[in-house]
Amino acid sequence: MSRPKVKSWDEPKNVDAYPVGATCDSDHLVSINAGWRSVRPVIDQEKCIMCLRCFLVCPDGVIDKAGDQLVIDYDYCKGCGVCAHECRPKCIEMVKEDK
Amino acid sequence: MKKFICGNDAVAEGVRLSKPHVISAYPITPQTIAVERLSEMVEDGSLKAEYMHVESEHSALAAAMGVSSVGARAFTATSSQGLLYMAECLPYASGARMPIVMMNANRALATPWNIYGDQMDSMFLLNSGWIQVYVEDAQEALDMMIQAYKIAEHDEVLAPVMVNLDGFVLTHTYELVDIPTHESVDAFLPPINMTKQVMRVEDPKSLCISAGNDFNFEFKIKQEKDLQASRKIINEVDKEFGEAFGRFYNGLIDTYMCDDAEVILVTTGSVTGTARIVVDKLRAENKKVGVLKLRYLRPFPSDEIRDVVKSCSRIGVVDKNISFGYEGTIYTNVNSSLLSMEKAPESINFIGGLGGRDITKNDLEDAFNKLLSQESIEKVHYMNVRCEL
Repeated sequence: MSRPKVKSWDEPKNVDAYPVGATCDSDHLVSINAGWRSVRPVIDQEKCIMCLRCFLVCPDGVIDKAGDQLVIDYDYCKGCGVCAHECRPKCIEMVKEDK
Repeated sequence: MKKFICGNDAVAEGVRLSKPHVISAYPITPQTIAVERLSEMVEDGSLKAEYMHVESEHSALAAAMGVSSVGARAFTATSSQGLLYMAECLPYASGARMPIVMMNANRALATPWNIYGDQMDSMFLLNSGWIQVYVEDAQEALDMMIQAYKIAEHDEVLAPVMVNLDGFVLTHTYELVDIPTHESVDAFLPPINMTKQVMRVEDPKSLCISAGNDFNFEFKIKQEKDLQASRKIINEVDKEFGEAFGRFYNGLIDTYMCDDAEVILVTTGSVTGTARIVVDKLRAENKKVGVLKLRYLRPFPSDEIRDVVKSCSRIGVVDKNISFGYEGTIYTNVNSSLLSMEKAPESINFIGGLGGRDITKNDLEDAFNKLLSQESIEKVHYMNVRCEL
């Protein structure tokens, strides 16, 4: 997956070690962000025709098309369901997180 | 070389010598001549900079932030309503630690609408995280443009600087001004070399990132710590400037006949010149009076004020602004500095000059005489008003 990876970050012990100005390296992810997801999209890989409609509409860009099949990054998927709604072959199912 | 020029011209000359990469500005009275001169300098090639004709003051400072974020030198200039229209960008620039230099022509705020000089505009933005310096004449205006870049870009400061000139009294008054050579300024002010948080094509950055309740506070404390520490750099740069050009402004404050003074008038900007003349007159009458000129309002020179006024019985603070519902803003700031003194002088607020009204020699002589008298004086006194209050 070409998305940036979470990097480890040590909290500064002294305020002098904070960045000068609110600027940081681009693609600098320090934490995952999917805590409020209640339902997760699950792709039925048998039915998927790789039309990439879900890839195009995902507002968080968490669907990776680099491999032979589509892969969802659940560390950042918010569970909005846009992908499932837009999927023409109906191969994405929103599954409750507690199941 | 000496030239007979106005304060706006002096600003433009100082900026040309400082060689900014980009000037982004929107014209507004009484700053217009400064940015017109700069556009002429870019046109005739004597200043090799990009001149951006932006559509507003808000865009002027936003553009300057873009310039600063890639490590280039930016200049902008404004006044009054323009400064307030720009206001949203001011804490953005200071929080992002961008060493932008801005000239502000101090002018009244509406309403009633007025294009003349007072200091209501910059007082509004004391809390914006910018260093604020107030100059007394055109020569100081030119010199402070050069000093401002050196201070702002210092590795331990990295804060934007607002250089304030009294509208019309300084911006439009012609004086003999010494213009240093490019070689001497180049030797004093090296090209900008930002090492921290600079965006390059090969090193992309996210700018003005958000920091929530978990980290925001520490960012602000760091900013405050560095602005407090900038006092040292401001004094050093001024001293170095004095050694290079023969003009030393005494750092955060300047004093005139304060050593044995019983009463002192605290001033900012052009009114200081009038006060010096009044002091000469009163000294000839054996009255022990002096002037304390606040050159910087941020960082605020508390220690310096306490040291100068420690033997005074009374001091007067001249304010060309009103913080409605309280008193003059500089008065509040000076008074808070006096709190930690064992034996602080009584302080009186002399408010005047609003909407461009003159503060005359008579007004200041009257203020000195009030301070010298034994009678009690109202805390806030309005100078030169045309009706009963």
